[in-house]
Amino acid sequence: METAFFYIFGAIALLSAINVVAQKKVFYSAISLIICLCAVAALYMTLDSPFIAAIQIIIYAGAIMVLFIFVIMLLDPFSAALLRDKKKSLKYFAILLGLLVLAALYPILNSYNPAQAPRNIDAAGGTASVRHLGKVLFTEYLLPFELTSVLILVAIIGVVVLAKRKP
Amino acid sequence: MGLSPYLILSMLLFVTGAAGFIIKRNVIAVFLCVELMLNAVNLSFIAFARHLNQVDGQIFVFLVMVVAAAEAAVGLAIAIVLYRNRKTLSVDDADMMKW
Repeated sequence: METAFFYIFGAIALLSAINVVAQKKVFYSAISLIICLCAVAALYMTLDSPFIAAIQIIIYAGAIMVLFIFVIMLLDPFSAALLRDKKKSLKYFAILLGLLVLAALYPILNSYNPAQAPRNIDAAGGTASVRHLGKVLFTEYLLPFELTSVLILVAIIGVVVLAKRKP
Repeated sequence: MGLSPYLILSMLLFVTGAAGFIIKRNVIAVFLCVELMLNAVNLSFIAFARHLNQVDGQIFVFLVMVVAAAEAAVGLAIAIVLYRNRKTLSVDDADMMKW
């Protein structure tokens, strides 16, 4: 069952990821990336992470991608058609580089298999338990969690300063 | 279902994003490729979290998502300012800091 889901949603994610790169118009790339994010969220569900799958849909596919599409609409929906590729050789270079990385990493990742379950989880439901995730997030990882709020604040102020029109 | 298939899928997504990062000439498309790479790394974090049976990987994905949101907001603001000042979104036309 899990294997079937992996191959279905993995194929959807991979094909839409390739479509992100292959599309000429940036709007279609953004729509394709939303499909990719939703397929990866489905993979998170099969990987016992329902909370991460939910925030992937809500924050990533919802908030961040809506921001992207908002800016694309605001600036120029069809500018990609006007952009001419000055460096055609760069495309072949990138594909060659990608294939080289794949050839180097594939045997390592294919054989990599660390020992399972070094730490026992006492909470019911194991890693799938949102209650356990929340408990760890607000005790062990409290400082990073609070620092992210500072990061968001800095981002908000930075965006306002950047995008404000000079008087 | 072992760990390796997820790692290989994650690697394929990451390489696709990295190749797109080099190929794409539109600033916003480059940001989309960065999001694709972050997403690939998140997938391998979650695969490790499930495989090692600990919840830390999910928390790191949570933090990566926050960083991605901040990065997207700041990056898009820079794209807007770039378009306002130079009337272009091509990365080839915005190389004044290169030389």
